[in-house]
Formats: sequence, structure tokens, C-alpha cells
Amino acid sequence: MSTVETISAADGTTAARKPVTMAQALNQALRDAMLEDPTVHLMGEDIGTLGGVFRVTDGLAAEFGEDRCTDTPLAEAGILGSAIGMAMYGLRPVVEMQFDAFAYPSFEQLVSHAARMRNRTRGALPMPITVRVPYGGGIGGVEHHSDSSEAYYMATPGLQVVTPATVADAYGLLRAAIVAEDPVIFMEPKRLYWGKADWSSAEPERVPPIGRAVVRRRGASATLITYGPSVPVCMAAAEAARAEGWDLEVVDLRSLVPFDDVTVAESVRRTGRAVVVHESAGFGGPGGEIAARITERCFHHLEAPVLRVTGFDIPYPPPMLESHHLPGVERVLDAVGRLQWESDWTASGVSSAGGFEGGGE
Amino acid sequence: MTVLEQPGAYHLAPPPAWRPRLDPAPLLPDGEPYHLLGTEADLDPELLSRLHAGVVRGRRFNEQATALTKQGRLAVYPSSTGQEAAEVAAGLVLAEQDWLFPSYRDTLAAVARGLDPVEVLSLLRGDWHSGYDPRATRVAPLSTPLATQLPHAVGLAHAARLRGDDTVALAMVGDGGTSEGDFHEALNFAAVWQSPVVFLVQNNGFAISVPLAKQTAAPSLAHKAVGYGMPGRLVDGNDAAATHQVLGEAIERAREGGGPTLVEAVTYRMEAHTNADDASRYRSSEEVEHWRAHDPIALLERELRALGRLDEHTVEAVRADAEDMAAGMRDRMNADPVLCPTELFEHVYDQRTPQLREQSALLRAELAADEELAAETAAGGTGAERAGVPSGADEGVRRPGSETR
Ligand SMILES: Cc1ncc(C[n+]2csc(CCOP(=O)(O)OP(=O)(O)O)c2C)c(N)n1
Ligand SMILES: [Mg+2]
Repeated sequence: MSTVETISAADGTTAARKPVTMAQALNQALRDAMLEDPTVHLMGEDIGTLGGVFRVTDGLAAEFGEDRCTDTPLAEAGILGSAIGMAMYGLRPVVEMQFDAFAYPSFEQLVSHAARMRNRTRGALPMPITVRVPYGGGIGGVEHHSDSSEAYYMATPGLQVVTPATVADAYGLLRAAIVAEDPVIFMEPKRLYWGKADWSSAEPERVPPIGRAVVRRRGASATLITYGPSVPVCMAAAEAARAEGWDLEVVDLRSLVPFDDVTVAESVRRTGRAVVVHESAGFGGPGGEIAARITERCFHHLEAPVLRVTGFDIPYPPPMLESHHLPGVERVLDAVGRLQWESDWTASGVSSAGGFEGGGE
Repeated sequence: MTVLEQPGAYHLAPPPAWRPRLDPAPLLPDGEPYHLLGTEADLDPELLSRLHAGVVRGRRFNEQATALTKQGRLAVYPSSTGQEAAEVAAGLVLAEQDWLFPSYRDTLAAVARGLDPVEVLSLLRGDWHSGYDPRATRVAPLSTPLATQLPHAVGLAHAARLRGDDTVALAMVGDGGTSEGDFHEALNFAAVWQSPVVFLVQNNGFAISVPLAKQTAAPSLAHKAVGYGMPGRLVDGNDAAATHQVLGEAIERAREGGGPTLVEAVTYRMEAHTNADDASRYRSSEEVEHWRAHDPIALLERELRALGRLDEHTVEAVRADAEDMAAGMRDRMNADPVLCPTELFEHVYDQRTPQLREQSALLRAELAADEELAAETAAGGTGAERAGVPSGADEGVRRPGSETR
């Protein structure tokens, strides 16, 4: 069964909750991880004195010293390659890539070594490395500052690919990524860095583990399957869809690898319709994999083909044109409108004149 | 605000990280490769004997691995014949706690360090990628993507220094590998961090077919060290004593906090790049013969004889030891390795993902069906025939523990 959690859900804790940005929650996660485990070492460009260009490592070099929070030379392969060596010696490196597109020089180290070292050595050399990648558009960034690079990482066995959409997940998933015994690509939606939610740093709420998707909004008409920066877009689309008479469910994947087939299939079998929404290009993108997995598992429950709303198959546009590229509420609703509502088979679809009540299979 | 927006600011106050130029002279390598054998130098005869036994074993190891490749027992073998001195010196020079980072050509360095030859050859045999435990042996897996192992050595040495351990990392790479970005990044990181790491470049003249002249315009590969702020040393890589000494000095310097060193060992690859290569397409046999006159074993034997430390009895004992090793390799490599196909899913992640569990079950079912078919066929072929499969269709069905290729 899936967990129902809304973005502002109260968790029943008594500690004072106050508005906190995602960047602050990430900072807190790094700090707590460093306090708890002396083998956690932060490495990256401008992460020391400056605190990172997004200030996610603010204050950590001052608190833990430059050996624990290190400004490295500007060389991403060197950063990731030396992180691999540090992990071989028993440390737990957390690497910050300054921007999505500037992680590319580290690709060979990631694909040919970090992802394979455990396998190559029959488990003797696990790679407990976290690679934090600020990603995605919508921040008015000029070229090379807005890529959605998750599909590259997803295509590499041995890596876990995780992306938070809420403040609570930012903290909880980053803590989980750092203690994980495998390399985790931790993709931080830049657009959500400054989004706030009530949260308690003294008593961070528990979140489901890596590998679990979460239903952010219950609905019966169709399922929007999304992650990271597109989660708020889908939540807004679901709100707007009420006016059209659609009651949309929103699944936040949280973890692209491992993929939570169970939660996704459970939702789609119930609603009978699905749209996958993400910013990265559609062709060869995560949506194709997700749509195929849904079809393989839910074929007899589907009322319509699984649709995708994604970025266009173009290099990321210049900032003055990016609004045309990014999946927005309208484009999501248009796709929902194309889910063959004239058919009335589904168990719980709104158009089911003679349908029967109840969910599941 | 940038410097350009503030005219003159640069002259008033230099940037904070500006520092006086270092004197490059002490970092520069010698003009000629350093050598010891055949000179007046006072050499430790015990060490020479160990190096000699090592290179003789090493030559035999290369010959045996090449022969096993011809017989189909190894998928491929990049021989280090001609380079045994540098390989063995690298394997012998390390202290117990030190780490070795070999490339695909450096199986011999790992064997010289004491690893099991059959385990070292796993990658090239193809029964697994790495056949030994790097943590237990302190030898990193043989690295195939050129120069990618160098940043690992830096990171490991850096981690050791942070922990206060006196571990040093020795990282090996070829002349061609020095053109890779990872070579540059590793040397730069090592120098900035003053990591206890030694880089050993074996300049064997070629990167497959491409000669050094097409690889670099640097005065020597050792000179590259200077740009990073570390010393470069040039050594005769066929002179086991000189290579051992230069590496030993660099390692002790690193251990004492003196930072990294780049060592270029000048040598020659006597065989083709691998068994699959045809060296006659890019080099002359005269060139090869020229280098045969500078054979690492001959150099050591001449020295040991001059010191009165090598008689026919010792030569025979060393040869017998190498022969034993080769016989052991043959026996064990001629036996089929035990393969477990479902192990493929075991070490991808710490915990198998649900998807890998499904795929593992699929493969297990396929294997079970294969075995059932084979058993039925063996019992008279009825089952297979009932299923419409002609008898004999299971030829070529691979079972766990059967042939590697
Ligand atoms: C990144 C990368 N590019 C290309 C290759 C293919 N390749 C394997 S060995 C080799 C030549 C390397 O020459 P060198 O570094 O001099 O080492 P040597 O083989 O002479 O020991 C090449 C091009 C590779 N393994 N890795
Ligand atoms: Mg070479």
C-alpha cells in the first residue's frame, strides 16, 4: 500500500515547526550527517568559505573545518575520482556538483567506476558516495545551468537516483542517501531550493525510504506520475482539474532508481489512466521507461494509452524562452483531456455512467 | 566587482592567493634516465637477488599468460614482456600498508606484490572483473579506462593522510595515458593536497600503435610534474635497481609528508599491445632488437655475476621457482572456473532492487529449464523429443561450471 502524504501534512510532532526552505533543510541534513559520522566528507567547488553557490553548505567549513568541507580544484572528474579513492579507504564522501551541466566531466568516473566498483569487486569495495546535483530549469539560468540530466544517471546500473520535491524529503532523503552503501545521485530541483514549508529541524519528520514513491494527492480519475520540480506543477494541475470534473491522483516518485513499481501500478490500476510528467526531454527520457512499466503491469486496467508531458526534444532553451519548454499546468491538463474519457470502463473514472464503485483490482 | 571594473586595483592589491613564483629547478628531472646497473654504485646484493628472482618469474608469468591466451584460456593478454623491471620494482617497493593502483598492463606488479596469479588474471580470463579483494591485498582492481585509476590513488592517499595513517599510494599509468584529462586532474589534486601518492608512468614508447611523439610535445613526461609543483624523476625503467631506488625515495618522501612525485620509467614493450595486435604495422624489428640488447634480466644478471652473487646453481633455482609458478598457473587455468550466473545480480547494489530480484528469478528459471532439458536428453531424449526439440539441440547450452567461452 502506498502512503498518503500531502506536502503540508502535519506529522504530530510537538517540536516547533517554522517555515524552512529546501536549501536550509539540505544544509541541516549535511550538518547532522557530519555530526553523526566523522567519515562524512564534503567536497566540491566553492562549498567552503562561500557555502556553495546555492548556500547549501553554508557554515559547514567553519563548523567542521576545511578537511571535512573542502573547496577542491575545479575539476569534476578529479573530484569524483578522488571521492572514489576516499570511499575505498572507508570515508563517506558527499560531492557537490555546482550545476547539472557541470557534472558531465565526471561522467566517466561515475559510469566506469563509482557505479561498477561494488560489482567488479564482488562487494569488497562498496561506494558509499552521494553526488548532489542541482538540476532543472525555471530559474532563468543561461545556457548550461538548467539541464535535467536524470535520464543519463538512470541508464547506469549501480547508481541510485533520488530527487526530493518537499522540504521534509530534502532532509530525509539526503540523510538516507548519505548512509546508503551505494552511490546515490541526489538531484536537487533548483527551482524548489527557496520554496518553504513548516518543518522542525529539531524533530525532522520521518519520510519513507529511498525506493518508495508517495501519493501526494489521492484521486480517482487519473494518476499524474512525476518527481522533483514537476511535483508542484502536478499538484497545481490537480487543483485546477477539479473545475473540469477530474479528480487527479499525484504520485511523487522521489526515487527514480530503485523504481517503485508497486505504488505506481497500484495507483494506475485504481484510476485506469496515467500521465507521466517531467522536465527532461521526452525522447529517451524517464517517461518512456515509466510508461512501458505501467503498460507491462496495468494493461488490462488502462482506459487510455499512458501519455507523457515532458520537455521538448531540444537543447535546454535560453531563459527568455524556457516557459514554452517547461511542462506547465495547461499542458498537463491538455494531456489529461486526451485520456479517452468517452470510454467508461474504469472502476472509478468520473465518466463511468454504469461503472461500479471501489478501487483496486 | 571584477578586476576590469576596478582599473588599477590589480596593481594596488594583488589577488589574495597570489604567491611568489616557486623555483622550478629542484622539481626538474635529470636530462638522462637515471640508472644504476653497470655503474660504480654500491648496490645491495640482497635486493638485487630479490629483483632478479622477481623479473625472471615475471618473464615466465608473461610467457605463460600469453600461451594460455593462445589456447583460449584468457580472453586477451596485454603482456609486460620487456617491462618486468619496472613492474617488479613497483610490486616490491611498497610497504605493507601501502596501496598499488595498477592498469590493465600491470598484472605483474600485482603478482610481484604477492597476489595469486590466477586471481590477478580474472579480468583477462573473464570469469569476473576483479578476482582479488582490493581491501585485503591493498591492490586496486586493474583499471582499463586510461588514467582513471590515478584520481582514485589520490583520493585514497588523501583519506589516509586525513586519518593520520602513514599509507602511500603508488599509481601506474602508460605514456599514452598521460594525455588523458584524469592524469592532469590527478596530478593537480595530489599537488594541491600534498597527498602521499607516487605516479609511475611506464613510457614503453607506444600507446597501441601511436608513438610518444604524437602524444606529447613535452621535453619528457617527467617534466609534466613541474607544472603541478611536484618533482619529476626520469629513470631507466629496464634497470630494476634504479627504478626501485627512485620509487623508494619518492615513496618515503611522500610518507614523510613531502607530497607527490611523478616518476617516468623509460622502457619498451617487446610484444604487441595485446595478443590481438599486430605490431609489425607500426614498428620495425630493428627497433625491437635494439631494445633486446637492453633486457632487464640480462642487466641484472650481469651485475649479479660481477658481484659474484650469481652462479649456475642460483640461476637454476630461480628458474625452477618460475617454472613452478607457471606450472601452477597452467594447472589452475586449464580447469574450468566455477561460474554462478545468478551472482550477476548480487553485487550491483547493497540490496537487490525489486527489478533485479525479478530478473534474477528469470535467469534462474532459464537455467533450471536448461538443466532439465539436459537431464532429460541424457536420460534418453524423450522429454526433449516430446517437446518437439530434436535431440542434440542442447549442445552449446551453457551450464554453471561449464566452459568459459
Ligand atoms: C579512456 C580510454 N580510451 C581508450 C582506451 C583503449 N586503449 C586501451 S590501451 C590503449 C593504449 C594505452 O597506451 P599507454 O597508456 O601508453 O599504455 P600501454 O598500453 O602502452 O601500457 C588504448 C588507446 C582505453 N582503454 N581507455
Ligand atoms: Mg605505452
